[in-house]
Amino acid sequence: MTDMPDTTLTGDPSHDAPGAHGDDAAGYYVPGSPIADTKSPGGPIDERWQTRKFEARLVNPANRRKLDIIIVGTGLAGGSAAATLGEAGYNVKSFCYQDSPRRAHSIAAQGGINAAKNYKEDGDSVHRLFYDTVKGGDYRSRESNVYRLAEVSTNIIDQCVAQGVPFAREYGGLLDNRSFGGVQVSRTFYARGQTGQQLLIGAYQALERQVAAGTVTQYTRHEMLELIVVDGKARGIIARDLVTGEIETHLADVVVLASGGYGNVFFLSTNAMGSNVTAAWRAHRKGAYMANPCYTQIHPTCIPVTGSHQSKLTLMSESLRNDGRIWVPKKKADCEKDPRDIPEEDRDYYLERIYPSFGNLVPRDIASRAAKNVCDEGRGVGPEVEGVRRGVYLDFSAAIERLGRDGIEEKYDNLFDMYARITGENPYETPMRIYPAVHYVMGGLWVDYDLQSTIPGLFVTGEANFSDHGANRLGASALMQGLADGYFVLPHTIRDYLADGPFEKIEESHPAVVEAKKAVEDRVAHFLGTSGTRSVDSYHRELGNIMWEYCGMERTEDGLKKAIDLIRTLKDDFWRNVKVLGTNDSLNQSLEKAGRVADFMELGELMCIDALNRRESCGGHFRAESQTEDGEALRHDDQFAYVAAWEFATDPDVAEGMGTPVLHKEDLVYTAIEMKQRSYK
Amino acid sequence: MKVTLKIWRQPDSVSPGAMHTYELDGVSEDMSFLEMLDVLNEDLIVKGEDPVAFDSDCREGICGMCGLMINGQAHGPEVTTTCQLHMRSFKDGDEIVIEPWRSDAFPVVKDLVVDRGAFDRIIQAGGFISVNTGSAPEAHSVPVPREDAIRAFNVATCIGCGACVAACPNGSASLFMGAKITHLGELPQGQPERDSRVVGMVAQHDAEGFGGCTNIGECTAACPKEIPLDVISRLNWDLHAALRHGH
Ligand SMILES: Cc1cc2nc3c(=O)[nH]c(=O)nc-3n(C[C@H](O)[C@H](O)[C@H](O)COP(=O)(O)OP(=O)(O)OC[C@H]3O[C@@H](n4cnc5c(N)ncnc54)[C@H](O)[C@@H]3O)c2cc1C
Ligand code: SF4
Ligand code: FES
Repeated sequence: MTDMPDTTLTGDPSHDAPGAHGDDAAGYYVPGSPIADTKSPGGPIDERWQTRKFEARLVNPANRRKLDIIIVGTGLAGGSAAATLGEAGYNVKSFCYQDSPRRAHSIAAQGGINAAKNYKEDGDSVHRLFYDTVKGGDYRSRESNVYRLAEVSTNIIDQCVAQGVPFAREYGGLLDNRSFGGVQVSRTFYARGQTGQQLLIGAYQALERQVAAGTVTQYTRHEMLELIVVDGKARGIIARDLVTGEIETHLADVVVLASGGYGNVFFLSTNAMGSNVTAAWRAHRKGAYMANPCYTQIHPTCIPVTGSHQSKLTLMSESLRNDGRIWVPKKKADCEKDPRDIPEEDRDYYLERIYPSFGNLVPRDIASRAAKNVCDEGRGVGPEVEGVRRGVYLDFSAAIERLGRDGIEEKYDNLFDMYARITGENPYETPMRIYPAVHYVMGGLWVDYDLQSTIPGLFVTGEANFSDHGANRLGASALMQGLADGYFVLPHTIRDYLADGPFEKIEESHPAVVEAKKAVEDRVAHFLGTSGTRSVDSYHRELGNIMWEYCGMERTEDGLKKAIDLIRTLKDDFWRNVKVLGTNDSLNQSLEKAGRVADFMELGELMCIDALNRRESCGGHFRAESQTEDGEALRHDDQFAYVAAWEFATDPDVAEGMGTPVLHKEDLVYTAIEMKQRSYK
Repeated sequence: MKVTLKIWRQPDSVSPGAMHTYELDGVSEDMSFLEMLDVLNEDLIVKGEDPVAFDSDCREGICGMCGLMINGQAHGPEVTTTCQLHMRSFKDGDEIVIEPWRSDAFPVVKDLVVDRGAFDRIIQAGGFISVNTGSAPEAHSVPVPREDAIRAFNVATCIGCGACVAACPNGSASLFMGAKITHLGELPQGQPERDSRVVGMVAQHDAEGFGGCTNIGECTAACPKEIPLDVISRLNWDLHAALRHGH
């Protein structure tokens, strides 16, 4: 057991003995004490945030510059926090692994950002956004946090507009909105298909302004490789300068992780190449709980894999499903044919067939799973990769007939161009091919209402935390959460913690600092000293295949157990046989990747254990054992209405190894909303 | 297909570099240019040779991290980023020369990787609107004519890749700067700091060692986001106005 603030845990550790209702994960975990206090204030839900802001202690402006804050990550969550805390006068150090803060993965977000402005007078409100988010998350998120998110969403738009974010506007000069992801109100603000880019540039410019003002120091091409914990509190990080290889110690009064999501555990995903779990995982190993790690969002409309050289996947906007019809050939023998030569009667418009009322517009997870099923049956299309064709047609011919080519061009021209550039095929003439891909992770480090992890002084924001999306995230809500956390939530909650600072000064010679630094140096030395035979990427790819096969769109008890065995074997082999060339004292991209893949291996194992434990289907997590007669996801609120927060345990037999994790449960209680079973029929 | 790659190899910023030749077989036209380099690197690792260092992150043409001189053209033969270039733009037997961005203001870090920190410092010198978090007025309090918003957006799409600098015979970053000046200058929110912004950014640009603009237009031809040349006229116009106003 690690150092936990006493206030967050109560109860007897033996409280929830396994074995109650067919405990699938028995033997894979150790039950721990429940999490009782999330620090969310009581009272009516719409007053809680006001209460917390008022009760959070203030820091005297003269003291702020004596307080050092480390922020890892410069995406929407980290960039906005660094800028805001710099403006407030704290002494901020901001880290990212790219060569500029502006390149964080948030830049790639396309569709838009939600906010409950109700500019369309279509019945939107803070309460409705709250309701939609909890329901969309399949009743697996914490209601106080979600309510606050909806509440501050409106401030985000004001702030971004003032920064010069060029959102789409109507002829009268006011902001335009669209409806997104199947919700019934238009609350999504957007900047063509590049909303993430524009929001991030706004945050980046605010950040650079603080760099110029001297409140923020920027460390680019730096990777956090270890968290420093002194007397139970997060007090700094060990980072590697990716250009010189120097292993640096950075100390502070508080540490914020805004390091993004870990979808790259699947190797192929729509995430940026460098997106990783290392910052979060190192904190997890030092005592921060990891919550709901198995909750992954798989997006149905991505460009399929073309071959074993594939390095990443590209998202095609979901809006395409409004006009495209999805099909595969009825007969396997037709799969190699030119689709235009396959007559109507030989096509299976499977979504329209199975879900006649929703058709091609069924929710993301359902569309994704259905595509996997038809491809597993051998009816996929496109190039064969490792013996299977993984693609389905998204056909616009009917829409082109109906709206004319001009009509389609006007709506989707840039997407069609992007598709043509990547595939070399003209989607105006031949149907597009699409396949689902990993897109986002709802799981992440556990945080309380203050966004503080189970390590005091370690705060976590953005995709790196688990807080707001439950088992499934609604479109356009990740950008909202990142900016809500960074601009409007963290700056208030962190001051309550900092009110006790500045904390006792620590020296670089402190044993905890020395130990953290040595751990990093040892890892680097290990990788460079292993004269193995396999490249880092080859291991990453293999891990990704295991995760995708057994912990992807559909999960089963047997499959997950198999995956855990496979990952353990692969992990052993990786440590013994990985080949990393070059040295530590210059840019070494293989070395960077080796550290990331090592952490992905352990994370992958924990994801499988989490998925194994959760014998229910909810949101993006589909357990084949838990479905209705017609294949719909079936939740079990009586057994699983909780957040699974995992505590790391070291392996007693293997130095630095991963032992049997401890499961702490945070019960989810809804007072402002009633739990219902999701239905799309 | 099979290609011959001539690649600039340089161990670090201080050591001298040189071109090295590699033959690569089995290249598929569906590969992106960077995936082709990934395949080369996997081969090199297996052979025990140091893989080629190059930058990329999103591989979707939006983060601006990638950027190579390919046969003398910034981002290669198509109007797109290096990561969105595909091997179908080449043919069997081609020789492909790959170099890093060449500019005094972008020193080489290793092989094909350069340091573009100068761009951040130009932004620090004024490429922002000063508004502290929480102090913003209601978003609808200031309507922005739709056409202005569209113009601002069109140039705000700059990804900060540096191709404009690499393509310019003078090594000028005027297109990059002009894009930012125009983005913020088109919006009512950007007006109060319009003079100080342009003066600060241009001074930093010159201090970083970027060259002056002589209107050659190579920048806009190489720009993957098709930022138009007239942002530089806008930059000059704003600079003169600021100087007139006594800055
Ligand atoms: C293709 C795509 C489209 C999307 N579209 C939308 C959309 O339309 N709407 C929406 O709401 N959401 C969308 N999302 C999701 C959304 O973009 C992300 O969830 C969100 O941007 C994450 O922001 P973040 O600030 O938490 O992390 P990121 O933006 O991922 O930033 C992570 C930061 O951490 C740094 N970092 C990571 N590890 C380390 C380390 N070890 N050391 C130092 N620094 C480190 C990185 O350098 C980076 O600066 C989309 C996602 C994808 C992939
Ligand atoms: S102006 Fe164009 S070429 Fe120059 S940095 Fe911006 S996107 Fe790149
Ligand atoms: S890698 Fe992001 S633009 Fe090329």
